Amino acid sequence: MVTVAHYVGLSFVLFTIGVVGVLIRRNLLTVLMSIELILNAVNINLVAFARQLGDLTGHVFVVFVIAVAAGEAAIGLAIVVSLYRLKSTVSLDDASEMKG
Amino acid sequence: MTFPFPASDLLVILPELVLTQLALGILLWATVVRKGREATLAWVSIASLAAAAVLIPVAARLSGPLPRAAFGGMLTLDRFSIFFKVLVLLATAVTILFSLKFVGTSSYPGGEYYALLLFSAVGMLFMASGTHLVSIYIALELMALSQYVLAGYFKRETKSVEAAAKYFVLGAFSSGVLLYGISLVYGAAGSLDLGDVARSLAATPRSSLLGVGIVLTASGMLFKIASAPFHVWAPDVYEGAPTPISAFFSVGPKLAAYAIFARIFFVGFGPRAGDWAPVLAASAALTMVVGNVGALLQQNVKRMLGYSSIGHAGYALLGLLAYASGTDARGENFGLWAILIYLAAYLLMTLGAFGLVVLLEAKGYATESVDDFNGLSKKNPLAAAAMLVFLLSLAGIPPTAGFVGKYFLFSAAMKAGWPSLALLAVLMSAVSLFYYFRIARAMYLVEGEGELRWREEPAVAAAVAVCVAGTLLLGILPQPFVALAKSCLLP
Repeated sequence: MVTVAHYVGLSFVLFTIGVVGVLIRRNLLTVLMSIELILNAVNINLVAFARQLGDLTGHVFVVFVIAVAAGEAAIGLAIVVSLYRLKSTVSLDDASEMKG
Repeated sequence: MTFPFPASDLLVILPELVLTQLALGILLWATVVRKGREATLAWVSIASLAAAAVLIPVAARLSGPLPRAAFGGMLTLDRFSIFFKVLVLLATAVTILFSLKFVGTSSYPGGEYYALLLFSAVGMLFMASGTHLVSIYIALELMALSQYVLAGYFKRETKSVEAAAKYFVLGAFSSGVLLYGISLVYGAAGSLDLGDVARSLAATPRSSLLGVGIVLTASGMLFKIASAPFHVWAPDVYEGAPTPISAFFSVGPKLAAYAIFARIFFVGFGPRAGDWAPVLAASAALTMVVGNVGALLQQNVKRMLGYSSIGHAGYALLGLLAYASGTDARGENFGLWAILIYLAAYLLMTLGAFGLVVLLEAKGYATESVDDFNGLSKKNPLAAAAMLVFLLSLAGIPPTAGFVGKYFLFSAAMKAGWPSLALLAVLMSAVSLFYYFRIARAMYLVEGEGELRWREEPAVAAAVAVCVAGTLLLGILPQPFVALAKSCLLP
């Protein structure tokens, strides 16, 4: 029997992978994918809880999160492209001039 | 087809509706305006903001007695939200005045720039009145997505693009963390409506699900207001972004973030205040130290102001903490009104200081250093005097707004039982004198070498004059503002 706890567990694993990805990977594309993982972990949580509670709000929220994630990906990729044009790299560490 | 809400709910969001339409209009208009003729767009943008400001009291009058909930509890129009809305509109209008020449004389198109600023302002207006975690999240993203683009707007400047990349990665990450926290709170409390969350939290026992949810939500919020240990993005973004945008980032998004911070944590998580207050206390202490000590080491003025704004975020957290500790013997809730006063003061003095950095024509993009202020008092005594007022205010010296704000905040923290934090705040204010007065010393005591680079810009000068007047007025006559802030509290 698959319970809510299983879904929350799966979501926690995805969230952890996403957070670790953002923190240790320096390639911006990988970081973007890690952020998507975090958002999808959120979606799993919301749907699982919404089912458990018999409440529609969670389902509706998921649709909004997906839409915002699409916008975020578009802007993120645009920034990656302009960074690549200037610096010929998609690594944040290699492109970094400002420190301190 | 029937709507699940009465049509009069639309009146509640009248200012936002009008501002969105005008912003879309400006975006369309921008496609046919030639480069060099874009000042018209800027003035129309300012007029749009003024229209939205005028419509706020109209919306409040027409939509019924305040607080007025709309769209099934998604948004609430109350005096608290109106306070923030007015400040947000003011900050955006001043930013546009700063941008007139800065963007106008650059090689980048101005139209989308102003439209993006207005979209960001719409997001902040909705944040101020959001009372449901869904509407708060969407408003937050509307604000943030516009701002990622604005940070990287000077797309052929490596620093601008780098600032955008850093802001985007950390901003999107923090939104993800915030959202994960929200999803756990949803599971534990069974609702996303802040009022329902509070009722549910008061009735249910402590659980690890809820605890992790609240901590992650708090982390996301601390990120948005640039508090330690989630502050690392702020100095880089403030240094790299176009200067008017840095000014905007240091006030607009912070004000809006404080509005939702206060709403989520007091209206929503209020019943658990005892659990999360220590987390905020730790962050406040760390933020004050990191911001003020970090600023000591900076040569770049924008970067220094970035660190200084981290320090100020730490002071404002004291107000949130004080509010969390409840009411005093007379039943008066301290803390929140002190934050409102402080944020108004912070808005005026920070925008003013950035305005003078805009006027300072640096040698290259984002290279404004303290030395660029050398000898300003001889060349332009009025500008130097204005900067001095802002520096005094930022350091918290009377008779300025910064002093009044800090006085109320620190005394609220004392009364609420956080004397050690109030003491640390006073100590850190003393530290802040060192770096603020490095600029004052450069202006008054150091001879400038060669020609001082200075733009003559009436629009920026007028905005700075308004900030000086506000800073002094709030510092000399605080009583009316205190009365106003006290009438704008959360229920």
